[in-house]
Amino acid sequence: MHDAARILQLIVNGAASGCIYGLIALGFVLIYKATEMVNFAQGDVMMLGGFAAFTLIAHFHLPYWVGGILAIVITAALGYALDALIIRRVIGQPQFAVVMLTLGLGFIFRAGAGIAWGYDSVGFETPFTNKTIDIGGLILGEDSVSIIAGTVLLCGVLYLFFSRTRVGVAMQAASQNQLAAYYMGIPVRTIFSLIWAISAGVACLAGILLSPISMIDVNMGSLGIKAFAAAVIGGFGSIPGSVIGGVIVGIVEQFAGYKLPAGFQEVSSNIVLLLMLFVRPQGLFAERMGKRV
Amino acid sequence: MTEPILRVDSIETFYGPIQAIRGVSLDVDRGQIVTVLGANGAGKTSVLRTVSGVLDPERGRVLFEGRDIARMPPDQVMRLGMCHVPEGREIFPFLTVRENLNMGAYTRRDPAGVTRDIELCFEYFPRLKERESQRAGLLSGGEQQMLAIGRALMGNPRLLLLDEPSLGLSPLLVQQIFGIIRRINREQNVSILLVEQNAHLALQTADFGYVLEVGRVVASGDCETLLRRADIQEFYLGQKEAGARGTRRWKKKRLWN
Ligand SMILES: Nc1ncnc2c1ncn2[C@@H]1O[C@H](COP(=O)(O)OP(=O)(O)OP(=O)(O)O)[C@@H](O)[C@H]1O
Ligand SMILES: [Mg+2]
Repeated sequence: MHDAARILQLIVNGAASGCIYGLIALGFVLIYKATEMVNFAQGDVMMLGGFAAFTLIAHFHLPYWVGGILAIVITAALGYALDALIIRRVIGQPQFAVVMLTLGLGFIFRAGAGIAWGYDSVGFETPFTNKTIDIGGLILGEDSVSIIAGTVLLCGVLYLFFSRTRVGVAMQAASQNQLAAYYMGIPVRTIFSLIWAISAGVACLAGILLSPISMIDVNMGSLGIKAFAAAVIGGFGSIPGSVIGGVIVGIVEQFAGYKLPAGFQEVSSNIVLLLMLFVRPQGLFAERMGKRV
Repeated sequence: MTEPILRVDSIETFYGPIQAIRGVSLDVDRGQIVTVLGANGAGKTSVLRTVSGVLDPERGRVLFEGRDIARMPPDQVMRLGMCHVPEGREIFPFLTVRENLNMGAYTRRDPAGVTRDIELCFEYFPRLKERESQRAGLLSGGEQQMLAIGRALMGNPRLLLLDEPSLGLSPLLVQQIFGIIRRINREQNVSILLVEQNAHLALQTADFGYVLEVGRVVASGDCETLLRRADIQEFYLGQKEAGARGTRRWKKKRLWN
């Protein structure tokens, strides 16, 4: 009985950190699907979002919800500007130019954050910090539950946005066939910048949701590597795929930490990724049709 | 004479160092169907791309309703009332048929009109109605061509650019689609610039024709006149055997690729 509770606990904790990976992975995937670029600065954008929320909530004493939403808006605006001012210029250049550019941006973000906020870990009070809820005898941390609930909610909102709104469907259209989207009068560049904005906003949300269980610091963006594994496991193509990939990585990590010798926890995401690449290289949710039919 | 809806004035277009268009001029009068014929690699697609703004001409002008649009991006050209049905259809494979049609109407702000025009598309292409909520990537080639034409119509164009609508379709389906192209031209009063390799059918459908060879216009005239011209019959209508010139060009193209 005790053991079953422990295992459930591990699953919930793993799912919670997995949701964070999933949210960052989602940002990778949205941008990749639209522009065939991988934004290696995605984790660092989460870090900036976390610091933005920290400043608004801990320094300016804004209520958690107001500060959080404001931070998401600010980070989304940063994502938009990043694409409109910088990324757009390397479209059509070789892949490595894009890789170097986003890696370099990551360095700049970390250095900038170090200058602005220092290198110490910081945190802020959230409504979920150090609280538990009791679900039928199972005691869970509200922080974990809030992460899972927030992720599920966000996925629902994104699903409705991409399938029901005109701009959302146009984002899908521009991702599937850029030239045809131009022919339809869709302002493709603006649409791509908006996708960068959404990815950045989602990364910021990940940073905010993460803050009750982990401090914010300049190097938190290294989570991006695990998120990248999550994206590949999910097939690098679908929103549910990314989140499920993230949850798999998160849960495996928890169990590796619990059962296996020290050290395995850190590398477990890479091991899962390697196994995945051997067994099913296209990922769990690879789309059956190619990008162009 | 009123001004033509489209006037292409000695355009020259390059792909990097390769010159695809070497000074092409053509007019489309209001209400007309004008066809551009030519062998593979003659530059037909490049002309349409230059007109709709995907390619910028190095020299020359493209006047749409009197306005120079030569260096305008394609989404803005479309907003002026010109829709392009590209070579190879270029539908959105993961969107449903209806979503594809809705994307064609992306720039419009009249939902009632959009709903009405979707019905109109379904009237022209009943097959699309049957597959309304199916992913467009699962349609047959012919159905995708119908969808591409319908999607362009959703933008309420005054000028429609059609790039080889017959490509890869059965003769029967080609006849059907060309019938509908004629109907669209008459009933919706849409002027059409039609690029085709199927010269016979194109000349029967259109009012005026241009023949393109290696980036230049080498012949033009009323379609009836063109249909009777001996050299055109020889090279494009397959009246005599395919001809040494055609074969040679084909080989040349193969070498370059
Ligand atoms: N993207 C490109 N890059 C470089 N050269 C190109 C490109 N597209 C076309 N060309 C060249 O431009 C010339 C004209 O090509 P275009 O596609 O306009 O011919 P076309 O008449 O449409 O031929 P087809 O009947 O085969 O469609 C050809 O020599 C072709 O090789
Ligand atoms: Mg062509």
